Amino acid sequence: MAVTALSAAESKRLSPRLRKLEDERWLAMALLAPTAILLGLFIAYPFFEGVLLSLSSARVGDPGHFVGLKNFHKIWDDSIFRTTVWNTFWYTGVTTVFKLALGLWLAILLNRHFKGKAIIRAFILLPFIIPTVLSTFAWKWMFDPTFSVINWSLFQLGLITTRINWLGDPDLAMTSIIIINIWRGVPFFAITLLAGLQTISPELHEAAAIDGARPWARFWHVTWPLLMPVTLVVVLFSVIQTFADFQLVYVMTGGGPANATHLFATYAYQLGIGTGLLSEGAAISLAMFPFLFVIVVVQLLYIRRVETR
Amino acid sequence: MAKTKRRSVLKLAGGAAAASMGGMAAILASGRMPAFAQQRTVHWLKWVDFVPATDTLLKREMMPEAEKALGVKMNLETVNGNDLQPRITAGIQSGAGADLIMSFNSYTHLYANSVVDVSAIAEEVGKREGGILPYAKAICSNGKVYMGMPWAVIGGMIAYRKSWLDEVGVTKFPDTWDGYREAAKKLKAKGRPFGQTLGHTFGDAPGFTYPYLWSWGGKEVDASGKVVLNSKETLESIKFMQGLWKDGMDEGGLAWDDTNNNRAFLSQTISATLNGASIYIETLRKPDQYKTEKGLPMNKDIQHAPLPKGPAGQFGFHLLQSNMLMKYSKNQDAAKEFLKWIHTEANYRKFFESQKGFATPCTAKWESDKLWDVDPVMAPFKVAARLGQAIGNAGPPDAKAQEVLSKYIITDMYAKAVQGMPAEDAMKWAEAELKKVYV
Repeated sequence: MAVTALSAAESKRLSPRLRKLEDERWLAMALLAPTAILLGLFIAYPFFEGVLLSLSSARVGDPGHFVGLKNFHKIWDDSIFRTTVWNTFWYTGVTTVFKLALGLWLAILLNRHFKGKAIIRAFILLPFIIPTVLSTFAWKWMFDPTFSVINWSLFQLGLITTRINWLGDPDLAMTSIIIINIWRGVPFFAITLLAGLQTISPELHEAAAIDGARPWARFWHVTWPLLMPVTLVVVLFSVIQTFADFQLVYVMTGGGPANATHLFATYAYQLGIGTGLLSEGAAISLAMFPFLFVIVVVQLLYIRRVETR
Repeated sequence: MAKTKRRSVLKLAGGAAAASMGGMAAILASGRMPAFAQQRTVHWLKWVDFVPATDTLLKREMMPEAEKALGVKMNLETVNGNDLQPRITAGIQSGAGADLIMSFNSYTHLYANSVVDVSAIAEEVGKREGGILPYAKAICSNGKVYMGMPWAVIGGMIAYRKSWLDEVGVTKFPDTWDGYREAAKKLKAKGRPFGQTLGHTFGDAPGFTYPYLWSWGGKEVDASGKVVLNSKETLESIKFMQGLWKDGMDEGGLAWDDTNNNRAFLSQTISATLNGASIYIETLRKPDQYKTEKGLPMNKDIQHAPLPKGPAGQFGFHLLQSNMLMKYSKNQDAAKEFLKWIHTEANYRKFFESQKGFATPCTAKWESDKLWDVDPVMAPFKVAARLGQAIGNAGPPDAKAQEVLSKYIITDMYAKAVQGMPAEDAMKWAEAELKKVYV
């Protein structure tokens, strides 16, 4: 071990404070400290403050007092909140399935050899690189009730005779933001899964092919199982991000029409910032936590199972 | 080669800096703050004006004048109207930010604990200018203190295409909801519907739905704060809206924000919409760009009219702007001096004239100003501040009323109904939501 390898003469020269670090426990703590402080300061402390806020009657400019679980009771009774919960699950579920399917498909295509591979791979990432607010504004124009280029194209092709009310109809508005989220998220899936694909040795495919496995069988019995750990991690990240999405909905619909597209984050913002009810806003944000916690624990357990198999 | 030591480099650099600026050492030795930090500063945060000329005037001329007159440094910052609230919240919670912040509507009641009373200034201006109008007083004052200094009302009127209405035989803009629906129906049949937002947006949506509700006799609460939304009158208004929407309105309006109707009007897809004067002002600014289908300047074909009357009367809900002096401000005296300065008649007039009628002042005297004679198209806006009705009707426009507004409950009641929810259900939903606020 490194510590014991130090000669007696060397350790004599060290100051008493530094000598403490010869003990592995102290060294480990010293090395962990910066990360622990950062996490504590920027994650644990705000989280703790958020919990306190949700248990108080705080409004903007009024620290309020402790009210226990009253805010949670209140939002439980709130029909807009219930709509929000349903919206968030639907939004996250649908987008994740599509992002995974399309991302995997794209990754497999990109894993082949073709001319201009590097450039295409770089371009694929564009939706993910462009700041969300910027690209969402472009989409907003495309779904605009009056000037929608999508409607115009469908009309010119003779597929529709009246305008489609993309953002005005509750179901279509949800569909619209789901489409945008998928568009934005597919590159993340594609590139990460591509990285996973490249770690799979081609020899395995060759061996399977020699044994007579057809492409679908090769994918199902070779690629998919080996890609599973990466896939699960990507899905985990994506679920967390999508569940807590804000910018996209805020820019597109502000949660409308008639709350049909509110997610946890946008509704928390509307109550906390828009109405000044900081405590209720915090309660709504925190209501996200148990759901996400369960999702994350289940996924992490599954990942461990897959990895130790 | 001589070896360059780290210390000698530092000495050299320090010497150069000290020689050019006197350096930190000089500042410390003098025992005084440098001149620029000694000066009092007033940071004023307001919206980006829909009339760009006003912001140019304020920044280029009026702020330097104020600096000279008051001996303070003025820092004027403009942000999108939707971003004011996050900035106010951040300022109050962190105890630092702009000294004066523009408030929309009842933000004044929402942040009442965090602002300084400006009654003295408001009363002085009111006395001098024929009194602060009741609409502005109800929103800016809680009866004891003024939480904001009334600045202006951005009147909302229906902008309409005169020639298009003439074509369907409507020579005067309808002043009843039945007439409004009739005209809209005829125009929608010609592909030129009326347009109105029922989306989640701060200005035009509540600006339409609240006065609409009141004009039918519906009210959010009674004077004691009891929720009275569930009424025959409210139900009538919802049923009428369902028919109106199908018959005469642009159905895309459910998703519009405050800018969509401007664009739809300017691109000639709708014939009338409730709005500030910004549509008309835009056509004045760019007469070559905005032309009618006959090639004439569009500004010659635009007229303004108030929202129609209902069985219970005629109402308007206009964006009222005031300036709040924040409690955390360390420059309260300087900020008060600035408010007094900008509200002197000569200075306020510069602002008022630059708006060309887009903003209506909050005191009685300006209603008879000669500016309203310059352009007859703008004349209907002069009474916006007088005819305005504040939210929370018939109670006060307090924090609870603002909560109902911020949650878009009244707007969503109509939005749900035109999307197919039965009128009774939509009303009951809104009533239940209101009761959660007014507990």
